[in-house]
Amino acid sequence: MLRFNNRIEQMPPSGIRKFFDLVIDAKDIISLGVGEPDFVTPWHVRERVFFSLEQGRTSYTSNWGLMELRKATAQYLKDRFAVTYSGDEIMITVGVSEAVDIALRTILNEGDEVILPEPTYVCYKPLAELAGAKAVAVSNPSLKITADDIEKAVTPKSKVIILSYPSNPTGYTIDRAEIEKIAEIARKHDLWVISDEIYAELTYEKEHFSIAAAPGMKDRVILMNGFSKAFAMTGWRLGYIAASDDFLAQAVKIHQYAALCAPIMAQYAAIESLQRGMPEMEEMKKSYWRRRNYMHEALNKIGMTVERPEGAFYIFPSIECSKLSSEEFALGLLEKQRVAVIPGDVFGLGGEGRVRICYAIDFELLKESVARMDKFIKSL
Amino acid sequence: MNEIAELLQKDARLTPEDIASMLNKTVAEVRDKIRQMEDDGTIIKYCAVINEEKLHKQKDKVVAFIEIQVQPEREKGFDALAERIYQFPQVTSLYLMSGRYDLLAVVEGDNLKDVAFFVSDKLSTLDNVKGTTTHFLLKKYKENGTMLFKQSKLERLNVAL
Repeated sequence: MLRFNNRIEQMPPSGIRKFFDLVIDAKDIISLGVGEPDFVTPWHVRERVFFSLEQGRTSYTSNWGLMELRKATAQYLKDRFAVTYSGDEIMITVGVSEAVDIALRTILNEGDEVILPEPTYVCYKPLAELAGAKAVAVSNPSLKITADDIEKAVTPKSKVIILSYPSNPTGYTIDRAEIEKIAEIARKHDLWVISDEIYAELTYEKEHFSIAAAPGMKDRVILMNGFSKAFAMTGWRLGYIAASDDFLAQAVKIHQYAALCAPIMAQYAAIESLQRGMPEMEEMKKSYWRRRNYMHEALNKIGMTVERPEGAFYIFPSIECSKLSSEEFALGLLEKQRVAVIPGDVFGLGGEGRVRICYAIDFELLKESVARMDKFIKSL
Repeated sequence: MNEIAELLQKDARLTPEDIASMLNKTVAEVRDKIRQMEDDGTIIKYCAVINEEKLHKQKDKVVAFIEIQVQPEREKGFDALAERIYQFPQVTSLYLMSGRYDLLAVVEGDNLKDVAFFVSDKLSTLDNVKGTTTHFLLKKYKENGTMLFKQSKLERLNVAL
């Protein structure tokens, strides 16, 4: 008898073990490796949760989440991204991570193929494989995926396209025209689209266009978003799925058995964020935007060339000037200059030769980190 | 407020180069704008926010908030009297208020007696001052949007994908 599940045993640990073991316990480093805002959840949100605790709101909620939150979320999606869902078409989840897991398990059968534009966030491939499917990575040398790249990967086994934009790690988004073409491919080949739009609010110059807003897509798009990034609520673990009734009727079975419901405190926090959190969200966004501008200019100056990111709080520069691999660069930079960045290859195809930098840190530290990277490159 | 002023108000040590880079402007543009704001009095001065308790001064200063009820003067309103009050170096801030009193003065002195003397001798005796109420400051928690006590450092993971 096997002691562990086969698929789990064969799954590599996230990221590059050697490097991450070094970084995790490192003291006195400047870390550009953190995928979260450098803001604390705004005070009014935390204060709202004190009140809900005083009122004794500590119970389970419905599996679906509080109706007040589901309705507020539907309204928010309509106001901000022009996608129309009712409260009944929203399921509150434990972060977008749980949403991805649920969605993949709900739609995938053994042997199905998942089309996955890379480089991308690290959870999709392992979760698709856990659900018995095969992840088919596609990429574009420009790092901006096109509908053509996706269509080339379509086979009779293709079941779903996973989109995540603006992208972690590149910060690039997918333009409306391209999204509309991707939607067309999904309709033509009868594919689902899982669209993780957690960074949608943090789109700088352009307007975010949700694939759920493309004509005829509502029934095949599983739209995901959450509160972690834009509302600085990573630790609350709160996200949601917006999708068609028939999908949710299946998906809720997994959610009810595996999570039961998202924590009620986090749900109250989310209601408060939606009702009164927009001005602070805009302020935080402005602050990321300024640092994006600075970082884009500063990195290009020191030879880490990169096109300007369009959203999120990441920048994914080339390290070609160093003649090192991503992992060598990250290891060397950590050892010699005490700066942590994430080797790009962690994020899949197209990531080698680059590093991910999160610029959501204090501006003085950001400047210092650029000076140190410059020194590191010159020392090679 | 314009963005350059907003940034400098939060951190006056930002260089024109930093600001230009953050706002997608040229350094010359930013320099010109700053100079213009300095000239027209938008930017009055640059200073550090100090937590005076940390200075371990031998003698702590005494700060009082003094409510002043005033008989406004014909044609001059409150301004003439306000000017007579804010010229005193002991007065660090002065505001015209709505409500039960008219002017609120923040007064600093080396000790309690100092402030009391200033109030009884200088303030109360001014023509048109009808009455004063003095509140001594006991502890500062937050000033000009800055919390004066060090917030516990946020623990973030070094790595999160």
